[in-house]
Amino acid sequence: MLHLPVLKADERKHSMDTDKGEKVDLTDAIFQLEKEGEWIVQRVPEPYIELDTKYGRKKKIPIEHTWHHKSCGQCGHIPGYSASIFWLNREFGLDYHDPTNQTSCTAWNYYASATSNPEAQAAVAIRNFASAYEVGYFPLIHCGTSFGHYKEVRHALVHQPELRRKVKAIMEKLGKPFVIPEEIVHYSEWVLAMKDRIAERQQLDMSMITATVHPACHYHKLIEDDAIYDSEIYGAQRTAIISGTLKALGINVADYSTWFDCCGFGFRHILVSRDFSRSFSVQRKIGVMIEEANPDVTVTHDTGCVTTLDQSQFAGKAHDKKVGLPVMSDSQMAALAMGAHPYKVLQLHWHNTDNKAFLEKLGIDHEKKWSEFQHEIQKIKDGKNEYMSWEDAK
Amino acid sequence: MMALDLSQNKYSDVSMEEKDRLFAEAKADERWEHVLYGCYECGICVAACPSARFYDFSPRVIAQAVAREDTDLIYTLMADSIWDCSQCFSCDRCPRKNSPGQIITILREVSVKNGLKSAKEALQGYGRIIYKIMLTGTQVSPDMLQPDAFPDWGTHVYEIAENLDDWRKALPPETLHTTETSWVIDDKTIIELYLIWHMTGVMDLISGVDEGLYDIIVDVMEERLEEAGYDDVTFD
Ligand code: SF4
Ligand code: SF4
Repeated sequence: MLHLPVLKADERKHSMDTDKGEKVDLTDAIFQLEKEGEWIVQRVPEPYIELDTKYGRKKKIPIEHTWHHKSCGQCGHIPGYSASIFWLNREFGLDYHDPTNQTSCTAWNYYASATSNPEAQAAVAIRNFASAYEVGYFPLIHCGTSFGHYKEVRHALVHQPELRRKVKAIMEKLGKPFVIPEEIVHYSEWVLAMKDRIAERQQLDMSMITATVHPACHYHKLIEDDAIYDSEIYGAQRTAIISGTLKALGINVADYSTWFDCCGFGFRHILVSRDFSRSFSVQRKIGVMIEEANPDVTVTHDTGCVTTLDQSQFAGKAHDKKVGLPVMSDSQMAALAMGAHPYKVLQLHWHNTDNKAFLEKLGIDHEKKWSEFQHEIQKIKDGKNEYMSWEDAK
Repeated sequence: MMALDLSQNKYSDVSMEEKDRLFAEAKADERWEHVLYGCYECGICVAACPSARFYDFSPRVIAQAVAREDTDLIYTLMADSIWDCSQCFSCDRCPRKNSPGQIITILREVSVKNGLKSAKEALQGYGRIIYKIMLTGTQVSPDMLQPDAFPDWGTHVYEIAENLDDWRKALPPETLHTTETSWVIDDKTIIELYLIWHMTGVMDLISGVDEGLYDIIVDVMEERLEEAGYDDVTFD
């Protein structure tokens, strides 16, 4: 494979293309449809922080009063990912809601099997949005695919009156309001918006860490105008998400030549054709990162990406491929920086690739931390505790 | 890598009328005019495409075929190629503003709706996922992490499966102590999801590709809907 010399995040000399590109700013259309009585627009609650999108539109990122639209893959298979998002909210004392009337967005299934259709997909999205609106909290979307898919749904609902009519009729039958959020916000945008506050509370020096970043395809390729960009990060030629957060934590963000490539997840492939996912992930992502940047960790912000990049390395080892790179989410990295427990909060035992060397480099005694976690497990086994609480996780 | 055979009239057992009809169905989709504007045949989509690196697969060929309305070739691609796509939408950087990935989404939907053999084959082994999402409201769940399902993920899956109950209880968010769903979901929410599947014709799609799965899902749903007081779940 051909390798190009690569520049780091802050070595690009470009600026944001504010007057180029086809802009997809739905703000006016969304509010106009509200005026016409088509739906209710749920406003971003105060306080919010404004971040730049690809062509310069300011996107409002709510700080609190957020309704956590969880990810099935995160909560199910890498639950420290979600736990870290909640932990960060709690550390800052922010008001949030973790609902039990939320369903998956069902987009994973849709992209994998096509056993759904636009009406069903839009109705699932709006049912979730309505549930957030009913309790007065604003949706914060944990999954990159849910985020990209909901942006597509919103775009389709604005442009397709027939689809709106059908979804409206379904919501009426369910007895739910037809609500569209003013912004579709991904949790990693919230983490980026909070980066300075996170850095202020940082307990762990991370300046000796080199990290590569993998941005989720469905974050920055679907409705690309809506992703966050920053002239200070890759000269705004790439999304600033994750990279901006890691730089604020003092981490050296290293570049590699297959940054734009997908992780290999493939939706159906990770479930029923994993030979593709394994090969792509190991050969086009992990192997290239190691060869070109030799990082201590790779950081991403989506369910499928953490899963594929992490789990695929086991088979890569058997084939003598360059593997052994820990994979984490930006929420886990931010929580770790602020002193979260690697097993009680980050739940790193659910990850596959060995991350002990990474923890040691940060000066974390992982054996001690693991025994602290085991102590909590013992309390559960002995019936002393039914569950490990947030208090126990301190 | 299996070579993709695109020879003319490869599926001669299927009439041209049928091939035309299937394409007309795709073209009638409301999204069609936003996903295909033409095609420069430049191949930029191929350069960005992960599936093109590992399969004999090309979003350019698919965009070319649909832009030229070559219904014979489109049928062959629906039969032999579209399920290789990763649905990553890297091809959305098309200079003609096409979305080959979304063209594929629509072609897949048409394949499923019409119960094409290729769709049935592609969905083999996928039933448990559809079952999970349709009946529980979360697509994947902790108890799916079983060594026989993920042998290539190594010994760590054994460890998770062995410790699943305790490890789930050792999660601080109160909603995550579940094993059969990824988080706690209210019964009412699941009922609402069933109603959506019924009202939007998704149940009919399932029956077209996997009748056995359809029967199981309907059995479970009907019982729960009846319990919740919905006797008639037919909607217009
Ligand atoms: S679909 Fe777009 S990127 Fe692909 S060949 Fe056609 S014009 Fe080029
Ligand atoms: S969506 Fe499909 S065709 Fe497009 S780049 Fe991804 S794998 Fe290739």
